[in-house]
Amino acid sequence: MADQPALHLNRISKTFGTLLANDAISLTLYPGEVLALLGENGAGKTTLMNILFGHYQADQGSVSVFGKELPAGKPRAAIAAGVGMVHQHFTLADNLTVLDNIILGTESLWRGRSKTRPAEAKIRNLAMEYGLAVDPHAKVRNLSVGERQRVEILKALYRDARILIMDEPTAVLTPPEVDSLFATLRKLIERGLAIIFISHKLREVMAISDRVTVLRHGKVVKEVHTAQTSREELAEAMVGRTIPKPKRTELEPGTPLLRFSGVTVNGPDDKRLLNDINLELRQREILGIAGVSGNGQSQLAELLCGLIMQDKGRISCQDGPNLKPTPALMINQGIGRIVEDRNGTGLIGDMTINENLCAEHYRDPEFARFGLRRFSRMRARSTELIRSFDVRCQGLNAPVRQLSGGNMQKLILARVLAQQPNIILAQQPTWGLDVGAAAYVHDQLLAARQRGAGILLISEDLDELLQLSDRIQVLYHGHLSQALPTAGLSLQELGLRMSGQLSDPAVQAA
Amino acid sequence: MYLEPRTKISLPLAVCAPLAAVVAAMALCSVLILWADSSVVDAYLLLFKGALGSRFAISETLTRATPLILTGLAAAVAFRAKLWNIGAEGQFYAGACAATLLGTGALDWPPYLLIPTLLLAGALAGGLLLLVPTLLKTHLKVDEVVTTLLLNFIVLLFVNYLLFGPWKDPMAMGWPQAAPIVDNGLLAPLLAKTRLHAGLLISLLAAVGTWALMRFSIWGYEIRAVGANQKAADFFGIPVNRTVIRTALLSGGLAGIAGVCELCGLKGYLTLDLSPGFGYTGIVVAMLAGLNPLGVVLSAFFIAVVYNGADSMSRALGVSNYIADVITATALITVLVSMLLTRYRIRWK
Amino acid sequence: MFDFADMILTAGFWAATLRMATPLIFGTLGELICERSGVLNLGIEGIMTIGSMAGWMWVFQGGSLWGGVLFAALVGALFGLLHSVLTVYLGLSQHVSGLGITMLTSSLCYFVFRMLLPDVTTPPKITPFASWGIPGLAKLPVVGEALFVQSPLTWLALLVVVLVSYLLYRTPLGLAVRMVGENPLAAEAQGINVHLIRTGAVVAGSALMAVGGTFLTLSAFDAFYIGMVNGRGWICIALVVFASWQPAKALLGALLFAIFDALQMRVQQQATTAIPYQFYLMAPYVMSILALIIMSRRAAYPKALLIPFRRGER
Repeated sequence: MADQPALHLNRISKTFGTLLANDAISLTLYPGEVLALLGENGAGKTTLMNILFGHYQADQGSVSVFGKELPAGKPRAAIAAGVGMVHQHFTLADNLTVLDNIILGTESLWRGRSKTRPAEAKIRNLAMEYGLAVDPHAKVRNLSVGERQRVEILKALYRDARILIMDEPTAVLTPPEVDSLFATLRKLIERGLAIIFISHKLREVMAISDRVTVLRHGKVVKEVHTAQTSREELAEAMVGRTIPKPKRTELEPGTPLLRFSGVTVNGPDDKRLLNDINLELRQREILGIAGVSGNGQSQLAELLCGLIMQDKGRISCQDGPNLKPTPALMINQGIGRIVEDRNGTGLIGDMTINENLCAEHYRDPEFARFGLRRFSRMRARSTELIRSFDVRCQGLNAPVRQLSGGNMQKLILARVLAQQPNIILAQQPTWGLDVGAAAYVHDQLLAARQRGAGILLISEDLDELLQLSDRIQVLYHGHLSQALPTAGLSLQELGLRMSGQLSDPAVQAA
Repeated sequence: MYLEPRTKISLPLAVCAPLAAVVAAMALCSVLILWADSSVVDAYLLLFKGALGSRFAISETLTRATPLILTGLAAAVAFRAKLWNIGAEGQFYAGACAATLLGTGALDWPPYLLIPTLLLAGALAGGLLLLVPTLLKTHLKVDEVVTTLLLNFIVLLFVNYLLFGPWKDPMAMGWPQAAPIVDNGLLAPLLAKTRLHAGLLISLLAAVGTWALMRFSIWGYEIRAVGANQKAADFFGIPVNRTVIRTALLSGGLAGIAGVCELCGLKGYLTLDLSPGFGYTGIVVAMLAGLNPLGVVLSAFFIAVVYNGADSMSRALGVSNYIADVITATALITVLVSMLLTRYRIRWK
Repeated sequence: MFDFADMILTAGFWAATLRMATPLIFGTLGELICERSGVLNLGIEGIMTIGSMAGWMWVFQGGSLWGGVLFAALVGALFGLLHSVLTVYLGLSQHVSGLGITMLTSSLCYFVFRMLLPDVTTPPKITPFASWGIPGLAKLPVVGEALFVQSPLTWLALLVVVLVSYLLYRTPLGLAVRMVGENPLAAEAQGINVHLIRTGAVVAGSALMAVGGTFLTLSAFDAFYIGMVNGRGWICIALVVFASWQPAKALLGALLFAIFDALQMRVQQQATTAIPYQFYLMAPYVMSILALIIMSRRAAYPKALLIPFRRGER
């Protein structure tokens, strides 16, 4: 390894109010290596990267790139020094071309004309060299997720980045796309680039990195060569204790609660977002839906929420009539709905905790009479729910927007589980939560299963699916596989199915 | 520069903010008074004296506040649901037209029947007028800001046509005005020897009613939820389109009632200058009140003070009475800024 | 009955069309630039009003005609700056702030007009722009006078269409404007100052609107009247939607609109029908609403339109 570090962070500290987000963090990155930065949500990874990039200013400490100190708080300086970042949520404009997205900001704004020709040639060269094939003139909205990520990497390479920071790059990729990303990353380090790989997926960290730095509560708690550690060791360092496995007892599933047969949902331009899917959810079971996001999960969840209707096929509860879902209908069918988008769909941030807790049942006689709302009853129930679900808040009339992510999810769980629903939709229920809050959510879902509810668990977290589900079905390009018993299901098989390389005979025939 | 959200919003700050904004607006406008070679202190003293200095002045200010309360409520209700109704001016005239249609002799009913009928008809006309852009919004995704604005011009031209054409009162010596409202349709005066009329009571009643509706009823809850987060409201099972349409009927209705009150309480017959922009000023009234229906009463009163006071001030000092419009527009902007500052802190780095 | 063909084949008709289109072209392009950067500017109606007064007043006080145009642009830019401070830097509601700007500018405009000319009953006049003919082409029969002899401001408007098109699609600055209107976060990540670009776009767009306003007082008419902009600003907002946010289509929309408007006026003058003139006057507004209805379904709004960008809030 070369002697001069590509990047050196020296005792970076940053506080937000009373929260110490980064506490004297130091790390060193050498050319030609991948350093994995591991840590839970809130461990300080994002803050650290924002400081490196000049979006935030550190209270203390310094950043140097190839031996030169970066001026604080200047995003352009980091870019100029050769630092490139690939964000987890792509920062691309859908309606512009790949070329436009890449060259933005590389030329002086006062030039009379964009130099598109040479730019295009350079992009094609880079694409060839690193295996990042993409059409420079394509509009970004027409690209797949994998292609978009290639554009993000090209954006950094186009600016001659020598240090690449990848923030959760595999979150949205299928297993084969992950493989091709890793191949690209290996080519990059061969040519002397240095890469920081931010992730909480231990499997991938073990596969790609040379060294690992673990952050917890804003501090570096472990620095180790990947070859000398194990997944278990890293997991423990990340969480700070051994992770409690959810306690799941074997139960005999009961009668069917929810049935989809031949359900199809068409998107714009007649693309089939859900294609002839069948599923059956029974009492006392958790049915897992695996798949990479964008393969139809959101449509499946929206159907159960009543936000969209099927174009074809039958949806029925307890062998009842065919349902044409609307939100009110699904609520009346006793479906508990836990959605991924807590802030935007599940809650109204500007309304009070009390109003959000009663939201789905605001018209019930219990809470409304003669068109007027019964505040005392609402308050009584909300007080009780906040206590039993341990929601930490400044009182019932505080706006929901002030709550932490974990407490928002508890609020939604309280609203849903208070109705003792038969059927529960849980879409990414632990997304973005820390391990403690996630364990709480898992316990609550298992308790509901014990009580007799059927739970449809849509998740991209394979560990979560394998730990909780009785059976798993895989969504790929709108096709839903047959149900596979979780016991005996291997990770490899699941991965292959998620990338469409293994499918049911029935689907292949269709 | 960036804005940092305040974790807690202090009550004194929230109360003082609009007051500070009003003072700031008046301070900014004193530049114009200085430009007109007048003393700022004298000018504002004259303004307040003109609006509040006598029994008659106060009655005139209250008369002016009456339609502003109603158009302010119309804007407040609609903006709560994020329905950008900028068409209160048109709805005002629609209400006045409906009252003219029924109140100039078509119905020979006693007051206790005729007046409610006229109010209802006016509300209906205003509501239906707003229904058009609202349905275009909910069903065809046509932006309602521009459509409601453009409808104002169309309605005014239509009234122009009516007053120069079929509704022209032959007894009016050639002036473009409609026949007078029959005596049974006129709102009772409230104070002897003033122009103050029962419309004030109607507007106060409307303010309290709107406040109660927003606060206690499930309709009010639906309106607020749709305005705060339409996607979540839909998810909760709230009928979003129905709520928006209901809001439109309420908002347009309030503006329509304003037209009826002004017609049957003050003017007595429909003219083209029945409203000197009450619909647009209603937006300022609503924003000044932070969209709170009870606050609308106070802010409408304040705006009425500015307009009435500016009239007498301009006569005394030779400053154009457009100063009132400048003060209210400035107040709208300063209030926006002050309300932002109650929620955010400005940080310079 | 009148002869339809006779009516639209006259040179005067086409000259009138271009004359009516000019303020709309300026206004629509100005609004288009603002919206492309992600800021709705409902101040347009008022900015056109104060622009029309400012340009006229400059000339009335003895300034030159082009000086008047420049002064109007400057005044427009100033209120554009106010709008961008409120909506870009402070992130206030673009709807309400824009309406506030319209109220402020129109009332200020009337106030200043009254203060400077307190005792006039009939509006005083100035000598407006004389028409410019393109040498050679202007001599062509019929079409020459119709198409090639126009107010210099009309020529300027056509030039600005080309200029704005080129700027938006062919220069790094234009790319930055389009990017901050589509995805400000992406622009910021690439080192673009989102607030500065948006402010620049709103200021430049507002200056164009004001020039559109002053065309009315320096070219189309020779005096300033209260209420003379008469909803043209709102029509421009509808035209931006109609044009799908593209400068070339904005020109087309403005011309189409002006053709109908000119037609409506001819019909009104010649018609023996019983339709009252007020209904003809409604035509522009009705047409705008129809244009909105037709285009709204496929409207491809700039993605970040109306959404304030606050650094650190992501």
